[in-house]
Amino acid sequence: MTSLLDNVFNGLALGAVYALVALGFVIIFKASGVMNFAHGSLLLLGGYLTAVLHDDLGFAGALAVSVLVTAAVAGAMDRFLLQAGGPDPHTAHVQTIVTIGVDILILTDLSRRIGGDLLSLGDPWGDSVSGLGPVTVADSRIAAIVVSAVVIAGVFALFRYTTWGLSLRASAEDVEAAALMGVRLVRVRMLAWCLAGALAALAAVFLAAFPAPGLERTTGQIALKAFPAAILGGMASPPGALAGSLLIGMTEALVAGYQSELHVLGEGFGDVAPYAVMVLVLLVRPTGLFGGKAAVRV
Amino acid sequence: MSERLPRARAIRLGWTLAAVAVLCALPFYLDAFWLRIGLFSMAAAVGAVGLGLLSGTAGQLSLGHAFFLAMGAYGYVWLAGEPGPGLPTAVAAVLAVLLAGAAGGIFSPVAGRVRGIYLGVATLALVFLGHHVLLTADSVTGGFNGRSVPPLELGGFSFSTDSELTLLGVPFGAEERLWYLGLALFAVTWFTARGLLHGRPGRALVALRDSETAAAVMGVNVSRYRSAAFVVSSMYAGLAGVMLALSFRRVVPDYFGLVLSVDYLAMIVIGGLGSVAGATAGAVFVTALPLLMTRYADQLPLVAAPGTTDGTVGPTEAARYLYGAAIVLILLFAPDGLHGLVRRLRARLRGRRAAPPPAGTTSPSRPPTSAVRAKEPTP
Repeated sequence: MTSLLDNVFNGLALGAVYALVALGFVIIFKASGVMNFAHGSLLLLGGYLTAVLHDDLGFAGALAVSVLVTAAVAGAMDRFLLQAGGPDPHTAHVQTIVTIGVDILILTDLSRRIGGDLLSLGDPWGDSVSGLGPVTVADSRIAAIVVSAVVIAGVFALFRYTTWGLSLRASAEDVEAAALMGVRLVRVRMLAWCLAGALAALAAVFLAAFPAPGLERTTGQIALKAFPAAILGGMASPPGALAGSLLIGMTEALVAGYQSELHVLGEGFGDVAPYAVMVLVLLVRPTGLFGGKAAVRV
Repeated sequence: MSERLPRARAIRLGWTLAAVAVLCALPFYLDAFWLRIGLFSMAAAVGAVGLGLLSGTAGQLSLGHAFFLAMGAYGYVWLAGEPGPGLPTAVAAVLAVLLAGAAGGIFSPVAGRVRGIYLGVATLALVFLGHHVLLTADSVTGGFNGRSVPPLELGGFSFSTDSELTLLGVPFGAEERLWYLGLALFAVTWFTARGLLHGRPGRALVALRDSETAAAVMGVNVSRYRSAAFVVSSMYAGLAGVMLALSFRRVVPDYFGLVLSVDYLAMIVIGGLGSVAGATAGAVFVTALPLLMTRYADQLPLVAAPGTTDGTVGPTEAARYLYGAAIVLILLFAPDGLHGLVRRLRARLRGRRAAPPPAGTTSPSRPPTSAVRAKEPTP
């Protein structure tokens, strides 16, 4: 029983962190129709900046700087590389490939700097644990859940109550109509990329915190697991991304937790279980759990 | 057509023959390094043509191409090797291609239901699940260390260095022999794919890409064409997998990862969607560039010799930087890829030759059209 609770809690924490990444994906996709392959390197960039700056600035200062810088990099990438040819929705697939190029550039540079090291992010939780009823959990995991919940609530409030959120929803609905209503598409899009970059930098902290050994050059690959999370929920639906992330986190934690019972499926199945779940869900609901059916006009 | 443009046709035929002659002569002049680049490029071109058919022409985004390449490569190795049925290698190669096609057919119910970006990520799952299976199914795939590839034999002629062969004073090793096999298979791919694209199936697929509803109204069987595109594309991928396995002489699971799929996607977009020549150009570009850069990086400025680790840029990294930058730059300046770039250049040249354009007007070439639109807008 305790092990079940342990696994569920792990899944929850994992899902909360995936949610930060998946939400970034969804925001970018909603705003620009681009699948951002550079998300993993943005995440790694955020983590790396926190790691190298925390000695001088303290953890909070370093995190703030890294979130701002990553947001700026993401925004600049969108503004100067992706939107260079103007905001033309027909070239979304070309822009998607451009993000692959950017990903290669950032990832190569960061891997060169990080090398084989494990970087500590200097987070205040260290390896402390607390008892929560019958289970013992790492403080960093509790922090991950709390911080993600607060941040995600904040992002939803942004969507719902700010002018920018309204503009974003309007332009996702109908680009031309939004432009005619005076929405500045270029700026709305760029801000969406900034927000996604900031979320990725934040997620890096929890991915590198205890019980993970630290920030490695492969940490960014975890962003790939946010793909199924985002798809499961329905790519254009932020609440769906949240639900999808929790489902993916739970699946991974439970499969990893009960690996000895599931050894038929091979060692390390926990890492790929999210994809199996995703294919099954897509077979039943082709646009994700929360994706609506779109009416097609001919 | 043949009556209207006999001259253009003759010129075209001449160019084709010249290209074939040059390609056939190359093994007599190039060393193994260059031939290997050529082999990998030809294999990649076959795979890229397949992906171009699926993602460029039919508009179904696929990130699972590495999985079908792996089906072809591992299918050949298992069918021809020990442990395995140990079939004659030529039969094994054909069966491996069919196996990859069957895998595409099995997946096509998913592909038939799921659209756009959802299909892209669903095929992503194939890569990860496939990689997991390759790692764990030791008895078939050899696990993490992979398996060595039995050389292909065709009617007693072996595509390996086992038997001595010298032609016109040039020793013919495995690379030289595989070069001609690669050329033949690539030619088959080139003509079948062009036939498909320019014929009725190609038009049906383009109609599907632009609007499924409209295509259905015109009498295109939507689900049949969608899954057929998937099967055909997987078969090209399987053929490319066999060619890659023969060139590498060893297959390992880690090669067939997401990076490979992404590389193929980059190939068709860099080359220009919806064209066989574009996919080929993109394949050569993406395959050859990193190899060339790794080899010649030490002659570039600002690059340290291999083996130095004190924070300087090594040749491998320099190659990656340049590769990433090349993708970004090409697409910034030619969003319709190399194929579109060539077409615009040619149109400009032709326009200049026909009539010098009056000063102040832009070139007579058409502006880059949006005919290369790849996907339907995701619902």
